[in-house]
Amino acid sequence: MAKEKGIAVEGVVVEALPNAMFRVELDNGHRVLAHISGKMRMNYIKILPGDKVTLEVSPYDWSRGRITYRYK
Amino acid sequence: MIRIRTSDEIGLIRESGRLVAGALDLAAGMVRPGLTTAAIEAELEAYLRDHGGTPAFKGYRGYPAAICASVNEEVVHGIPGKRTLCEGDIVGIDVGVRKSGYVADGARTFPIGRITEEASRLLGATEQALAAGLGAVRNGARLTDVSHAVQVVAERAGCSVVRDLAGHGVGTELHEDPEIPNFGAPGCGPVLKTGMVLAIEPMVNAGGPAVRTLADGWTVVTADRTLSAHFEHTVAVGPDGADVLTTAVTAGR
Repeated sequence: MAKEKGIAVEGVVVEALPNAMFRVELDNGHRVLAHISGKMRMNYIKILPGDKVTLEVSPYDWSRGRITYRYK
Repeated sequence: MIRIRTSDEIGLIRESGRLVAGALDLAAGMVRPGLTTAAIEAELEAYLRDHGGTPAFKGYRGYPAAICASVNEEVVHGIPGKRTLCEGDIVGIDVGVRKSGYVADGARTFPIGRITEEASRLLGATEQALAAGLGAVRNGARLTDVSHAVQVVAERAGCSVVRDLAGHGVGTELHEDPEIPNFGAPGCGPVLKTGMVLAIEPMVNAGGPAVRTLADGWTVVTADRTLSAHFEHTVAVGPDGADVLTTAVTAGR
């Protein structure tokens, strides 16, 4: 199973989009289009605008990310 | 930290690797138009369990299945299900096995019936890219010597190498250090030492290198929806070269 490369960053969810995608604003101001990680989906963790989350962003495409953790 | 494995440990990983190869050989004989990816999973999982192994992917970071089955524009991590294979498709089967506490990881992409010239070239290029990567593995080489070798062969065939996913060390866990990209300038990264165990897995696209993850949180597809192929071996670094562990060949053949 291939390992995903990514840089962990934090941000706040700005908008929930169709297909379990979210627009997230990172601490550095970048906005990324993020999807929810498989592990979070499996545990039925809901993500809503306003949530603070950790994401992994690909170093080769800063406009995309994967949400890996939602803060309480 | 990159682990150095003892020859006993490498022997156990080789046992797991033998099951990986056996499962992939089983898949090779099975794949045909009309078969669902779920059927492949069921057969391979039964094979692994019958031989004393367990599927290493199931439950890993929440992954729901025993294998990955990625069809056409799916690069990796396709979840087996109702998708039915059709004539002309290519399907990448990725299997991870844990036996006696040690894990091996391997993958092959299979043609279903007759495939296009372009698809055939992609499969050939990806297999050769893996062979080139394995050829660069030896005690004293640098990690990116492998990465570079893979990239050169893939790109020479007119294909592109996926940047967002990489190979990895493997041993007691499925994903261990180091991360092994399939591209880059040679001569960088950690020095490879005898006893390291690496899963080298080129993911090669017929079109551009960009990929996206689908809404299921797992399936990776090419951004331009072109075909993608994937081959993988788990190897131990040896003094003169790579010792391929994901093979069905028994010692003394």
